[in-house]
Amino acid sequence: MLGAAIIVFREVLEAALIVGIVAAATRGAPGRGRWLGIGILAGLAAAAGVASVTGEIASLAKGAGQELFDAAVLGLAVAMLAWHNIWMSRHARALTREARELGADVASGQREMSAMALLVALAVLREGSETVLFLYSLAIGGADSPWGVAVGGAIGLGLGTAAGVALYAGLLRIPARLFFSATSGLILLLACALASQFARVLIQADLLPSLASPLWDTSRLLSDSAPLGVLLHVLVGYEATPAGMQVVFYATALLLITAGMRYARTTQSRSS
Amino acid sequence: MKRTFEMLVALAALTAATAGAAEPEVLLTIRNNRFEPQEVHVPAGQKVRLTVRNMDAAAEEFESHELNREKVIAPGGVAIIYIGPLEAGRYPFYGEFHEDTAHGTVVAE
Repeated sequence: MLGAAIIVFREVLEAALIVGIVAAATRGAPGRGRWLGIGILAGLAAAAGVASVTGEIASLAKGAGQELFDAAVLGLAVAMLAWHNIWMSRHARALTREARELGADVASGQREMSAMALLVALAVLREGSETVLFLYSLAIGGADSPWGVAVGGAIGLGLGTAAGVALYAGLLRIPARLFFSATSGLILLLACALASQFARVLIQADLLPSLASPLWDTSRLLSDSAPLGVLLHVLVGYEATPAGMQVVFYATALLLITAGMRYARTTQSRSS
Repeated sequence: MKRTFEMLVALAALTAATAGAAEPEVLLTIRNNRFEPQEVHVPAGQKVRLTVRNMDAAAEEFESHELNREKVIAPGGVAIIYIGPLEAGRYPFYGEFHEDTAHGTVVAE
């Protein structure tokens, strides 16, 4: 039961923190609750589907199927986060000046929310499919009663969700004039973190060179598996032993998205 | 920053030069929620192809913080995981879905 609770918590935590950040960043957007709900449900359904064909996916592309699938999910997620930040930058001036809520431009807001729903679905799919596989393995393993697995899973799910809700509540307490910078900063680092993971899965499948493995080793300072390391890994992409290529992808995403946000801000101030 | 960049360029050239050479292969089997063998030896400074065959009816996740790798392996499935080039040393790994029994170490030398 404890084993189930710990692993489910770990998997749920990552998705829940991402949903928490996205929910805060889209505060006041039209139909936000509905869109995020759709994203979570679609992600859960897709997770069950993917879990049931894990073996088939893995055997595609000469054994690199799982990595290619992960890379597609991660790449799409990075694109959605970049889109969100650039979209928000276009509205930054009005948002910061009047500290008003989004929603003036409903059509544009709907497009933005559908992108965020897709992002949430991808995050839930990624962590959810592993959770389904794990719980299924535990249930047929016989070491734990089905009842124990269910209770453990529920505890893990509850704690992970609570962490996401706590992050969301914390972000909402940020003063209005700093709120936009704080949430777009978090989204930016999240995008970079996922870009680094994108590189990692392709290195694992030998589709990208590692450049250096690792580029540095800070595992004695802060291990990936320590609670703070896990939190920083999810939020800002911390890794104790990253490959050089991961750092290249991280930095490139940081530069490109920042440049996109700047560009969106200058075109916005010129046209208004 | 400039030094880091130069280092990256040098490493990229090195990686490109060594690409194409057949990398050493190591086989691992998962049976009864354990890795067999529990210790594998690989050459240091070389990329290694790790093939993990899961003979169990349960899925497993090969995970190693030290190797910076994680991969789910379906029941009855085979996973190919590229690791390294590694510095000489011991790199523990484990099966995340059966953490109490599934342990092993890659020894680079």
